[in-house]
Amino acid sequence: MGTFEPMVPEAYRVRKVIRELADTYTLELESVSGSPLHYAPGQFNMLYAFGVGEVPISMSGDPSQPHLLTHTVRAVGPVTQAICASGRDSVVGVRGPFGTPWPVEKAVGKDVVIMAGGIGLAPLRPAIYSILQQREKFGKFVLLYGSRAPENILFESELHEWRSRFDTQVNLTVDSASGNWKGNVGVVSTLISSIDVDVSNSLVFLCGPEIMMHFSILELIKRGFSKNQIYLSMERNMKCAIGFCGHCQFGPTFICKEGAVFRFDQIERFFRIKEI
Amino acid sequence: MAEKSQVIERDALDDLLKVLREQGYEVIGPTIQESAIVYDRIDGVSDMPVGWTDVQDGGSYRLKKRTDESRFGYVVGPHSWKKFLFPPELRLWRAKRDDAGFKILEEREQTKKYAFIGVRSCELHAIFIQDRVFMGGKHVDPVYKSRREKIFIVAVNCAEAGGTCFCVSMKTGPKAQSGYDLALTEIVERERHYFTVEVGSERGQEVLKELQHREAKHDEISAAEGRTRNASEQMGRTMDINDLKELLYRNYNHERWENVAERCLSCANCTMVCPTCFCTTVEDVTDLTGQYAERLRRWDSCFTIDFSYIHGGSLRKSAKSRYRQWMTHKLATWIDQFGTSGCVGCGRCITWCPVGIDITEEVKAIRESEGGTHGDQT
Repeated sequence: MGTFEPMVPEAYRVRKVIRELADTYTLELESVSGSPLHYAPGQFNMLYAFGVGEVPISMSGDPSQPHLLTHTVRAVGPVTQAICASGRDSVVGVRGPFGTPWPVEKAVGKDVVIMAGGIGLAPLRPAIYSILQQREKFGKFVLLYGSRAPENILFESELHEWRSRFDTQVNLTVDSASGNWKGNVGVVSTLISSIDVDVSNSLVFLCGPEIMMHFSILELIKRGFSKNQIYLSMERNMKCAIGFCGHCQFGPTFICKEGAVFRFDQIERFFRIKEI
Repeated sequence: MAEKSQVIERDALDDLLKVLREQGYEVIGPTIQESAIVYDRIDGVSDMPVGWTDVQDGGSYRLKKRTDESRFGYVVGPHSWKKFLFPPELRLWRAKRDDAGFKILEEREQTKKYAFIGVRSCELHAIFIQDRVFMGGKHVDPVYKSRREKIFIVAVNCAEAGGTCFCVSMKTGPKAQSGYDLALTEIVERERHYFTVEVGSERGQEVLKELQHREAKHDEISAAEGRTRNASEQMGRTMDINDLKELLYRNYNHERWENVAERCLSCANCTMVCPTCFCTTVEDVTDLTGQYAERLRRWDSCFTIDFSYIHGGSLRKSAKSRYRQWMTHKLATWIDQFGTSGCVGCGRCITWCPVGIDITEEVKAIRESEGGTHGDQT
């Protein structure tokens, strides 16, 4: 006994840094020890900047590549800024994986609607990869993405790639744009009415700001989806990721343990209670 | 293992402390510090608050001299046993930069072997509750576990209740039912001063063997029962726990939360004195050279603004939402999380609230607004 094992990070070397947006970077990490980290789409790690602190960040890469850990980080606080500033070959700490996954297996044989707002596309990207890698197992596949403005569109080149596939329907909108923008303008929930899926036999994966998820759920229900077909990823402050620190409590749940991905009907009672 | 109550005379308590010390335990018990009963290391009965009692009410705590020489003639002070099993500050690890980035440094900690003297039934229940928190899930707190497995518990059945006690309502006391090694009931009579002893474990039996003891007589057993009954009848507070979880779940938007927020100072005292509150924060620090880093775990409180901070702001900005979080966690969401209430009715949060906010009154106010109780008053 000495160190507190579940709280000890492992060293990972930064192999590649991709600047996605003005404040958002994707880091590709490789374990110094060489051991792979198996995870499921929707799970997250605690990323540690030496001496600065630790933050929960979802995996945003391809789960079939467990030797290469991919995280997309928005620099908003001291720790995320330090992580985004890590150069190639520098080292960050990793603890994980934690949390519940997107139910990709449950979606087999069904149509799948993935809805993301802003950086919420990052935690959904592993699910997109998984579905596209075994595309034949699913019915229709729809991706709805909303960002604040054209310059905030995350993973833009991949969105083009996905949209060019005949087996994938990608629909995109921005909240506001200048006259040069010829695409959709409006919040992402406005795209729901246009999708072509078998509502009774589909699942929805939803990730974005709570307010965006709230209005999207209202629209989805209006469209005929039931609450138990909708999965969403919740976010709260996390300090330990192992259910001890208490910070991520959301009603009776600990988001780090029972989430971050929940089926909507399981948390509906507490969703949108102000300051819960 | 002796199933019948035993008796030890007053002065055998000192022998008990000695035997435990000789068996390698660090003996922790009640002392008087800063005008309060505080659990700390004791070397003998002379370190204990002999002949003292406490007078407690909302926002008020005073020690008072008794007219007898009771060893345990008070209820609970501001500190609970949790500070020994779940230390207020703990270093989780240390690391040093190296070629591979950083290296976690080996640390050796001799696990503390504690004997707790004078654990009240409510406090025993608080330990059971924290057992579920720290050892009942997928992840186990290794420090808690190693200390918990080694403790020797001498429980004391309360003979009197305090002004803010409500263990009877919470079904956690006043008599310790299980989970102790030895349980004492102190009996002070005009002519005699002795303890009845219940043995709760093999270890307890072994320790009792070292003390002069005999089987309790009928009148001694009924004297002990009388003390417990007395405490039960003296509860300073009551709380109707019937349907309590659903009551609070139904009332997230109740106006009472505004009312309590006008009084609450968000000082976090209630969470610090609570024997079950377990929230912590994690701090990562470096030395001046930047070559060494440490991670510390510290007690935290849901009453701080930082607690719910998430990129750009706090989620629970209002005092109303923070009090609601605490009380709803304690009495409702805890049940969904861990299968028990998070409240043991020790009354500390009432006594140590600087403005005397009373959790039993807050529950009552919400209940009464719905038209009173849905069942029997406990």
